Amino acid sequence: MSKIYSGAEIVFKCLEDQGVEFIFGYPGGAVLPIYDELKNHNSIKHILVRHEQGAGHAAEGYARSSGKPGVVLVTSGPGATNVVTALTDAYMDSVPLVCISGQVPTHLIGTDAFQECDTTGITRPCTKHNWLVKDIKDLSKTLHEAFKVATTGRPGPVLVDIPKDIQFAKTSYSKPKDKKKLNGKSLNYFSQKNIEELIDLMNKSKKPIIYSGGGVINSGPEASEVLRELVELTGFPITSTLQGLGAYPGDDNQFLGMLGMHGTYEANNAMHDCDLLINIGARFDDRITGKIDEFSPKSKKVHIDIDPSSINKIIKVDLALVGDVKDVLKGINKTLKKKNINLKKSNKQKIAKWWEQIQKWRTKNSLDFKNSDVTIKPQHAVQRLYEITKDKDTFITTEVGQHQMWAAQHYKFNKPNRWMTSGGLGTMGYGLPAAVGVQIAHPKKLVIDIAGEASVLMTMQEMSTAVQYNLPIKIFILNNQYMGMVRQWQELLHEKNYSESYSEALPDFIKMAEAYGCKGIKADKPDELDEKIKEMVEFDGPVIFDCRVDPNENCFPMIPSGKPHNQMILGPSEKKENKITGKGKALV
Amino acid sequence: MTNPKSAYSVSSKKQKSDTHIIVVWVDNETGVLARVVGLFSGRGYNIESLAVAEIDAKRNISRITIVTTGTPQVIDQIKLQLKKLVPVHKVADFKRNDKSVLFKEMALFKVVGNSNNIKKAINACKKYNAVILDKTKKSNVIQITALRREIDIMAKNLKKFGLVSVSRTGAVAMTRGDKVFN
Repeated sequence: MSKIYSGAEIVFKCLEDQGVEFIFGYPGGAVLPIYDELKNHNSIKHILVRHEQGAGHAAEGYARSSGKPGVVLVTSGPGATNVVTALTDAYMDSVPLVCISGQVPTHLIGTDAFQECDTTGITRPCTKHNWLVKDIKDLSKTLHEAFKVATTGRPGPVLVDIPKDIQFAKTSYSKPKDKKKLNGKSLNYFSQKNIEELIDLMNKSKKPIIYSGGGVINSGPEASEVLRELVELTGFPITSTLQGLGAYPGDDNQFLGMLGMHGTYEANNAMHDCDLLINIGARFDDRITGKIDEFSPKSKKVHIDIDPSSINKIIKVDLALVGDVKDVLKGINKTLKKKNINLKKSNKQKIAKWWEQIQKWRTKNSLDFKNSDVTIKPQHAVQRLYEITKDKDTFITTEVGQHQMWAAQHYKFNKPNRWMTSGGLGTMGYGLPAAVGVQIAHPKKLVIDIAGEASVLMTMQEMSTAVQYNLPIKIFILNNQYMGMVRQWQELLHEKNYSESYSEALPDFIKMAEAYGCKGIKADKPDELDEKIKEMVEFDGPVIFDCRVDPNENCFPMIPSGKPHNQMILGPSEKKENKITGKGKALV
Repeated sequence: MTNPKSAYSVSSKKQKSDTHIIVVWVDNETGVLARVVGLFSGRGYNIESLAVAEIDAKRNISRITIVTTGTPQVIDQIKLQLKKLVPVHKVADFKRNDKSVLFKEMALFKVVGNSNNIKKAINACKKYNAVILDKTKKSNVIQITALRREIDIMAKNLKKFGLVSVSRTGAVAMTRGDKVFN
């Protein structure tokens, strides 16, 4: 007869067999048996957060930067409800998370017991799947299944709710089954014929563009390599979504920068005017497309995605290749190399005019801003941070808002998995706990959270976690004393009625850093910036950097709501140019 | 430029909606109906009627039949989103006016009144496979199986004969001939 284990032991046996090294969690009444068992399992380290949302985001940071699923352990009731934001965030951005939650004992379910909530009911719309384990015999099977669902196909969060009596109950343990069938949910559906159709479109195209997204990152580092090979083989220009940054080198000449609402002028205009649009692992998000009716009106559209429901969801496409990006791109490259040996040469001529046009757009220098030697411009701060840290294989996380867009615009990523940001859900407070998770996965690397002062206060308590585990994360706060993006929209759309967007009574971040037991640095003036950034980078321990920036700076360029890609607002300098030409005309 | 004052784009032109019958084969487990129905409500799809029952006790499979309306794009999304749910095995979709598919709904009518009116009510129901399930001097419970629209009409017409209560099911569907949906 096989050995008998308690539910709590089975949880750990499953985690061990799944190769889990870290759990992010917070104890409570309904998970105490699991916490009691923790001491017997040395290969698994528990990271104690200060709020369950932090556990979720830390697990997201861990997962995104390492490619492994993040594991979260929380108690019933408030423990579970606190993690809902992080689960939703992971669901929107396709991050594999396995959340284990405690539940009141089975005989108390439905009685409004202490710290009871309908966890599976609450998390149903924000997980790929969830389970309430009502029978100890199902526990090991369910946990293995949970890891499989989270990591296969389009990744995402799952939740397993385990009542307390199940954690005590005993049964035998079953090992994970060999990876055979993927439940029919994640197979590659594309065919060689599809690939040949795509290559035919590529050969005919005179104005092609590749638009890559987070799917390339999720498909693994190899996918980024084959993407680079494809771009090199074809000579096509490439732009990337917020989530896709790093899949293609940010400083390469064929890279047009990020596209979308705050994307570059050249990327958005190229999207609008192209005759062939190849979407690789992106989902035509509304921050990307702008006005749907006028989105890339003249192009044939190709969509490569692992999730069949992403195809034709927002933009109707002419050709869809459903499959893992890595496999699809490999197939394309192989066929390209076999059939079009001189592709690079022949393409170069064909799309030379297109590149000329793109160069013209580039001369607009749409990311430009007016620098100052009195106040620190936030864009300048990010640029300096990039210059000082670019040779260090730096990992960047962000919160949500203007600083996030400036980071995306001015920090250039050369490798995948180096950029962790909340794109789909736009969760303020994501960056600090995410940095904790990234640093756990990469203890020797430089991890910086480019933050806003409003966002970072939402999950500031996780600094305690960083201090407890000696995680030398750097919180680089672009402090403009406003919820900057809210203020920007109020300026542009609501007649400068800055309703509730000013942060009164901000804490002294240096004292705050000291209170947490880490280092605080403040920079007010542009000429001290470099030196202070270096001080931050060189300090061996967590740092909160209060970078006081111009409070009135807006994030440009920008596609206003309801406008197509070719009607961007450039920076304030453009407005002046326009005014001058207007006056000039009147004079003539 | 400030029109519309929103961080989101305005909705574009509306396409024509069609009525479809979506059939979903699912594992008969706790919460599976909530998953399917939650997907519809969460994504703003419409449910006109719903019929669920286990059809294979051995394999533990239930069949859910949903009548919905939507543009071709929405109907496609409904199918693809349903297929993503873990307990879903397969999804079929039929247009309501598809001649190769049978659609049926069942309704129970309680008619209370004098024998003359009850007789008239039974007569009116005859063309819809009327079955008398319960009979007293003053009342009758009549079962009919028909299309949704026919039941709508009957429910209206029987009022004058003393219809006091209507209970009806959602539509169920099956293909004609020897074909089986796979």
